[in-house]
Amino acid sequence: MAIDKSVIGKTGKPFTMPIEWSKVREFARAIRDPNPVYFDQELAKKECGGIPVPPTFLQVAAFWQDADSMPTVHFDVRRILHGEQEFELHKPILVGDVLTGTARIADVYEREGGRGGKMTFMLTEIEYRNQKGEKVAVARSTLIETGQAVGG
Amino acid sequence: MAPKVKYGSVKIGDSLPTVTIENVSRPDFVRYAGASGDFVPLHYDQTFVEAAGIPTVFAQGMWTAGCLSRCLTDYAGAGNVRQFKVRFARQVWPGDTLTCRGKVTGKSEKNGEKLIEGEVEVANQKGETTVRGNFAVAAA
Repeated sequence: MAIDKSVIGKTGKPFTMPIEWSKVREFARAIRDPNPVYFDQELAKKECGGIPVPPTFLQVAAFWQDADSMPTVHFDVRRILHGEQEFELHKPILVGDVLTGTARIADVYEREGGRGGKMTFMLTEIEYRNQKGEKVAVARSTLIETGQAVGG
Repeated sequence: MAPKVKYGSVKIGDSLPTVTIENVSRPDFVRYAGASGDFVPLHYDQTFVEAAGIPTVFAQGMWTAGCLSRCLTDYAGAGNVRQFKVRFARQVWPGDTLTCRGKVTGKSEKNGEKLIEGEVEVANQKGETTVRGNFAVAAA
């Protein structure tokens, strides 16, 4: 099936992402990070001015947004690979901040793959601003739909 | 959020702290699914993956990337990572033991901030790279 290039540049409805301690702590535990700055408020305040987020924490936003905030092309979930992920972190993100994210499809293209057959690539970019309107981060992801199942 | 790394004393080729993740297990994937909201069934639903022709569930790439990010925060201090990019090369399976490591490849200044740049990777117990990446962290 031919890919639909018209989705390139499509922007989602801005979404709100409150940075909550319980979620940050749960995320730090999940990646087996025992760093006390995620668990000890006093220490975090002294060292970081508040509880910071792990470098990949913004990834959580990719999953709980409404469909109208996350423009996408339809991929078969059995054949999805996460190819690349990048975070640019411009300013500190601390618990208590309220971020606004805006996602856009930066590119969609096809390429002949190896054992996976023809592959479709989708590049998404999410820009985050904090409650003061400062650009704090940009997250870029490349999702790939392979021609056949991805495991093994 | 004072940077831990002193720009002047960093040399190209310096190693970052190594982080070892022993015995990757299914509960890691389930915990990360809950923490991140990544409920793609490839990572916890055995029935689903077998039907798709995959032998077993495997780690979310971003779980492994999260483990790898500890090299950066242990090195530079949380809140001092400015850029982190990962590319996923190979799946991580239950039972794997992972070594997360990295080294400094460059130093620069951008917008008045001193930066240390480098490469990181996650290797499994067979020595195969599962995730590779590059980074920039702030230095004092």
